[in-house]
Amino acid sequence: MPDGKRKRKKAKVDVSLCVACGCCVKVCPLSAIQIYKGIYALVDPKTCVGCGKCAAECPASVIEIKEEPNT
Amino acid sequence: MKNQKKHWYDFLWIASLTYLILGFFNILFAWLGLLCFFIPLLISFGKGTKSYCNRYCGRGQLFGLIGGRFGLSRKKDVPRWMKSKGFRYGFLVFFFLMFFVMLWNTYLVFSGAQDLKQVVTLLWTFKLPWQWAYHGTLFHDGVAQFAFGFYSVMLTSTVLGLVTMVLFKPRSWCVYCPMGTMTQLICRVKSGKDR
Ligand code: SF4
Ligand code: SF4
Ligand code: SF4
Repeated sequence: MPDGKRKRKKAKVDVSLCVACGCCVKVCPLSAIQIYKGIYALVDPKTCVGCGKCAAECPASVIEIKEEPNT
Repeated sequence: MKNQKKHWYDFLWIASLTYLILGFFNILFAWLGLLCFFIPLLISFGKGTKSYCNRYCGRGQLFGLIGGRFGLSRKKDVPRWMKSKGFRYGFLVFFFLMFFVMLWNTYLVFSGAQDLKQVVTLLWTFKLPWQWAYHGTLFHDGVAQFAFGFYSVMLTSTVLGLVTMVLFKPRSWCVYCPMGTMTQLICRVKSGKDR
């Protein structure tokens, strides 16, 4: 993967505000997001493609789709 | 939702809806609602997960369906204060205080100090006459009083949830749902993390 223009987008959860409801888990087409011990949502950056479905679904709006500088 | 095949528990919203409807016909069915209190607690205490919220909660699914699929929601972000710890824990405490008031009233009927009141109290304030759903009980009047009280709790939270569903994201009730907050708290304590 060349760096520079084609930066990969990933979901990023603000864990301090996540309510661990699991709405994001239900909509992720790649099962890239899971609830860690009932406390917050955890994204697997290797699987996540940054599609943003989880961010749209999250009732607390605590997921951001951000560009990852390097992978 | 390609790889997300439906499971039996994706239909538990039917149970939640049925529960609400049954309360209009026979208030004693309200007792079944205790399941929505004990199952999440048992799961979080026992397994340290929120799989009740994540999988089985029919109420969350119902909001997701009405607000999401049927589009009865503005799909706006909830205000910041609503997801703050202060509000969430504050609401949890308030909710339980009100719950204990309800238990106290039930106790008063059991002890004979008070008569059965055939009302459903909405939003802790409005007393709705509900005698049509009461046909007597084989048990003590207190059993019915608890049913009226518990149904009040369930109806109140549904109404609140519907309001925030329309105003904000479909499942915004889950942001401040006392059961959700409590199970998350239990999981947090259990895992020994303080975040
Ligand atoms: S939908 Fe949002 S609040 Fe719910 S678990 Fe996922 S990130 Fe957390
Ligand atoms: S951005 Fe898409 S792939 Fe990544 S966790 Fe969210 S829903 Fe899954
Ligand atoms: S937060 Fe409350 S309404 Fe939402 S899934 Fe959990 S128990 Fe159900």
